[in-house]
Amino acid sequence: METEGFGLEITELRLGLPSGGGGERNEKTRMFLDIVGDGSDRNNEMAVGWPPVCSYRKRTITKLYVKVSMDGAPFLRKIDINSFRGYSDFVMALENLFGLGDTSEYTPIYEDKDGDWMLVGDVPWR
Amino acid sequence: MDPNHKRSKTVDRVDSKTESTQFPDEVLERVLSLIKSNKDRSSASLVCKDWYNAERWSRRHVFIGNCYSVSPEIVAARFPKIRSVTIKGKPRFSDFNLVPDDWGADIFPWLNVFATAYPFLEELRLKRMAVSDESLEFLATKFVEFKKISMLSCDGFSTNGLKAIATHCKNLTELDIQENGIDDLGGHWLSCFPESLTSLEVLNFSSLNSEVCFKALEKLVSRSKSLRVLKVNRNISLDQLQILLSHAPQLMELGTGTFMQELVSGPVTGLKNAFSNCKKLLTLSGLWDATPLYLPVIYSACANLTFLNLSYATLRSDELANLLSHCKCLRRLWLLDTVGDKGLEAVGTSCPLLEELRVFPADPFDQEILLGVTESGFVSVSRGCPNLRYVLYFCRQMTNAAVATIAKNCPNFTHFRLCIMNPGQPDYLTKEPMDEAFGSIVKTCPNLQRLAVSGLLTDRTFEYIGKYAKNLETLSVAFAGSTDLGMECVLGGCPKLRKLEIRDCPFGNSAFLSGVGKYESMRSLWMSACNVTINACRTLAKERPRLNVEVMKDEGGCNDGQAHKVYVYRTVAGRRKDAPPFVLTL
Repeated sequence: METEGFGLEITELRLGLPSGGGGERNEKTRMFLDIVGDGSDRNNEMAVGWPPVCSYRKRTITKLYVKVSMDGAPFLRKIDINSFRGYSDFVMALENLFGLGDTSEYTPIYEDKDGDWMLVGDVPWR
Repeated sequence: MDPNHKRSKTVDRVDSKTESTQFPDEVLERVLSLIKSNKDRSSASLVCKDWYNAERWSRRHVFIGNCYSVSPEIVAARFPKIRSVTIKGKPRFSDFNLVPDDWGADIFPWLNVFATAYPFLEELRLKRMAVSDESLEFLATKFVEFKKISMLSCDGFSTNGLKAIATHCKNLTELDIQENGIDDLGGHWLSCFPESLTSLEVLNFSSLNSEVCFKALEKLVSRSKSLRVLKVNRNISLDQLQILLSHAPQLMELGTGTFMQELVSGPVTGLKNAFSNCKKLLTLSGLWDATPLYLPVIYSACANLTFLNLSYATLRSDELANLLSHCKCLRRLWLLDTVGDKGLEAVGTSCPLLEELRVFPADPFDQEILLGVTESGFVSVSRGCPNLRYVLYFCRQMTNAAVATIAKNCPNFTHFRLCIMNPGQPDYLTKEPMDEAFGSIVKTCPNLQRLAVSGLLTDRTFEYIGKYAKNLETLSVAFAGSTDLGMECVLGGCPKLRKLEIRDCPFGNSAFLSGVGKYESMRSLWMSACNVTINACRTLAKERPRLNVEVMKDEGGCNDGQAHKVYVYRTVAGRRKDAPPFVLTL
């Protein structure tokens, strides 16, 4: 998973079309959320509390980019996860990005730090 | 104690034979009650015993800059008729995670004493205090006249505490929640305001994350005819904002919700009209996700704006320029550095009355120099805004020459806070230290009260500060200085110094102890990651019993004899009784 520059975590989401008939879950759309370092262990942070931006502001304005790829789509998209208030917002934005008609066809899954496949939505949004 | 009881005077006649006439207590109190400034009140209280007494009886508001400098019992004993209290707690560097949780500054001991001493307390303003839900519930239920609560950078409470306030405070006029470490369990608290509450004047919940019930909010706004400050959170949509504005055109300060919407239910003109109907609007903030699509709706309200807070809107330079062309009266402007130097040029050309500018970094940890603002933007602003007094500027490059120009253009600086984000970075053109930059500021700006320095700095910077900054009250230093001489110059030279905060500097015991005669005239000293030893702290503590010299132990303990974090402050309350295990009072 590439990282582009410091401070921008790149995650990859992959959407795939559902398989024909039956629709087994793990063959439906898969969203790869490969989190390369999450917000708390920023290894590019020079020192604790530097630059002196207060925690509230840091939480509010930092960007967390997610690379989204969909099977069959010619190119990837990137969106900022921090600009969404919850999963429903986020999924709606994905819908819009890819012009997906009906989200019930798609089940977002992501790959976490340990390389396991996780269903999006279990962990609290924050 | 009967609140109307007057302390007896030993002499209570007007003696016409003496030079000085003696006013009856009531007259003296009446006169002194007109003095609002606490500094003046303190001076008045020192004139003589009568004035001291008249002052303490007539004081209604008390400001406590360091909650450990005095105890609630002492405050209550001296000032019997307080209605309003402001208290500040943790050292400022706690905002940047340099102070562990559970350090202290609990509001509860104060509330406990106030419940008996000031049962009619009306106002509480807190900054960097630890506030629990229990404390908020106590506040809401024990003080029947309670009207105003403001919490900035506090932590320890959840929205359940807000529920208690909303439910029980029948006379509430102000609920102001800003930038706190709050446990947001949901927006139900807002629905707890009773239908009977119509007195609200200030409501600020902009920093809370969860959604409130819009219907409840709409009804609350609609029945609060005196509402003049409304700052909603990001969850409030543009459509909803329009509805709220239609109920409250009298607003003077507005914080919007998100300023982006996929689909608006009505035409944009509705929103435009809603804003133009707010004829009294002076302050605008929020504006999350603002884009050129919706920003123009606020133009009609911009002409009278004096404070515009765009620090959560990622605007580009042209978007900002368009907006600012409508804001001729701006005095205060907060921005994100996404506007770039070009955006700051627009500030210089459009806002001649500007007094305060704060430019925050959109991506503080991004090391790309291509982003953000540079010295050029700052210079542009200084050219167009000669009335600048307050600047907070985050940047990735700066030059001594630029700062010298800025100082020349704006000699009225009272607050100059420059943060060159890469620690120890020199003038990027000449590769020299940034000493001359801050030298030019202190030499040219006689009214400087607050200074924050950054970049590569030698002792010379501090020699300049000690020599020229005669009105300096607050100084913040990080990753700077060469030897103890630097700190010694400041301690020896700045007569009005009250707060000194230092981190990651090579100042050691000699510098630390050079202030032994000074610290009692200051509010506090913070030193972390410097070269001060525990023994030096013991020495200071022994010399000055009226100072609390506190050392915070790191996880590794204090085995090496170094004092990693030192906090020194004057106090009449003695050592803290609530210090956690990692705080050592010497």
